[in-house]
Amino acid sequence: MIAVLKHELSGYFHSLTAYIFSAFLLAFVGIGALIYNIQSAVANFEYVLGYVCLGLVVIIPILTMRIIAEERKQKTDQLLYSLPIRTFQIVMGKYIALLAVFLVPLCIVALYPLIFAQFGEVYLPTSYGSLFAFFMMGAAMIAVGMFISSLTENQGFAAGIAIPVILLNYYSVTLAEYVSATASGSAAAIVVIAVLLGCIIRHLTKNENLAYGISFVVILAVLAVYLAERSKLEGLLPNIMRKLSLFERFYTFVNGVFDLTAIVYYITVIIFFLFLCVQSLEKRRYN
Amino acid sequence: MITVEHLTKYYGDFMAVNDLSFEIGEGHVYGFLGPNGAGKSTTMNIMTGCLSATEGHVRVNGYDIFEEAKQAKRAIGYLPEQPPLYMNETPAEYLRFVGEAKGLKGCELKRQIEEVAGQTKIEHVMDRLISTLSKGYRQRVGIAQALLGNPKVIILDEPTVGLDPIQIIKIRDLIRQLGENHTVILSSHILSEVQAICEKVLIISGGKLVAFDEPQNLEKLLLASNGISFMAEASEEEVKEILNGIGRVTEWEIKCRKIRLPWRLSRWNRRMKGTSAGSSFLPLLIRRKRF
Repeated sequence: MIAVLKHELSGYFHSLTAYIFSAFLLAFVGIGALIYNIQSAVANFEYVLGYVCLGLVVIIPILTMRIIAEERKQKTDQLLYSLPIRTFQIVMGKYIALLAVFLVPLCIVALYPLIFAQFGEVYLPTSYGSLFAFFMMGAAMIAVGMFISSLTENQGFAAGIAIPVILLNYYSVTLAEYVSATASGSAAAIVVIAVLLGCIIRHLTKNENLAYGISFVVILAVLAVYLAERSKLEGLLPNIMRKLSLFERFYTFVNGVFDLTAIVYYITVIIFFLFLCVQSLEKRRYN
Repeated sequence: MITVEHLTKYYGDFMAVNDLSFEIGEGHVYGFLGPNGAGKSTTMNIMTGCLSATEGHVRVNGYDIFEEAKQAKRAIGYLPEQPPLYMNETPAEYLRFVGEAKGLKGCELKRQIEEVAGQTKIEHVMDRLISTLSKGYRQRVGIAQALLGNPKVIILDEPTVGLDPIQIIKIRDLIRQLGENHTVILSSHILSEVQAICEKVLIISGGKLVAFDEPQNLEKLLLASNGISFMAEASEEEVKEILNGIGRVTEWEIKCRKIRLPWRLSRWNRRMKGTSAGSSFLPLLIRRKRF
């Protein structure tokens, strides 16, 4: 794992990727700080992070797009498979390297509240609490981006999928206002999701019975709930969309609340997508 | 050293390897021979843990490649068909990464990198980017990578493909040298190459093992397996009687025809046998069972 970690880090810092990523992140934070803290003279650094988090939608996929897709393209994944390290260790090594690259600009950003504190009253706990949440949210997005990178051997494609996925997550709360909140609307949406899930499973496993089985069970369960207790389905879809949002939970921190459930949520997302990433790499051996 | 038992691999509905079983001992150069698409690369990928098998087991040094992957993979150095190189690194950086991933540290890592670089003669390109190296040197860096960690078995998938003749000779010499201290398995679709360097040859065709022997024996087998066609001056019954008495003849065909002999041969024939030209000659085709 350490070998993969060192290798990835040297790869990122030998190429321009890490520097471009840091430069963009620092530029976004700088502009945010200029607008909020200097121009408007607001003493809350956390607002800057709340403003910057939209930038992550673009720069995280740029960071993660090459991480596994490039291995496939260069056929170096065969080397990784033949080395005496487990797939889990490969994924962890790569993930920690990405976190380190993400952490470097954040260390510089961490100085900003201290600098501002020299010129006035800055409430540091909320600033650093938000910064920590910002890091955790970024870490969750990196896990998502890494999984998407493991699905393809085309870097551009990996970024092209990851940006809309994270953007959709960003807007999911806004979109939740517009989707149908009625029981039948939610039921229909879940049926559609079940069918899509079945298609994906069928594509990935080539096992039609499993795909149809899972779709069928989910659809049946939804229909059963719909017929028995309609009220339970009311507002389900918008609720799910709100709950899935990574950004919405971050705004709680910006508003000055250190929300442990959000941290747990981020960690869950990280574990889930790293697990999928390991499975996606393992699947290559079973094709 | 390596035991392969009832290995079967399907790609979807296509059967790439069909119930393959063999055992490879210690300290020889083994050759995997077969036409393109015979299942050589698939078998090698399974033996090194890069692919899973649909059925069957592979044991390396007593460890199952799927169950006890770590110990089994430590005993193997693998060079796939396309050398798995990071183009934006130098051989020095690349070998350091592979060495570390194989669990080497500090002085031992440094010593081994120097050793394999010496063996594969890449010392003078260690600090050039791999993307600027020629194919031959890339191949050498790939072999150097396989040698790190001093594995007992070195598996090379078509190591001489795409190289110029001089480089082919150099790589073959290197493989021969490696065979002195390691078990080397290499694949090829060129018979002469396998004959030149391998002490034992496995022939694979259509995913099945069809022969496993020393090149000399295989050569005998191959020579003997050709059809022989000859003419005999005898009646059909006489020929059948003689052929039935000979062992190892698997198939024959008798064509009875009258042949006008060329002048010289007919005169020789007349003189030797005292018969007239134009008598009945029987061309025969005798085959040993082909594999």
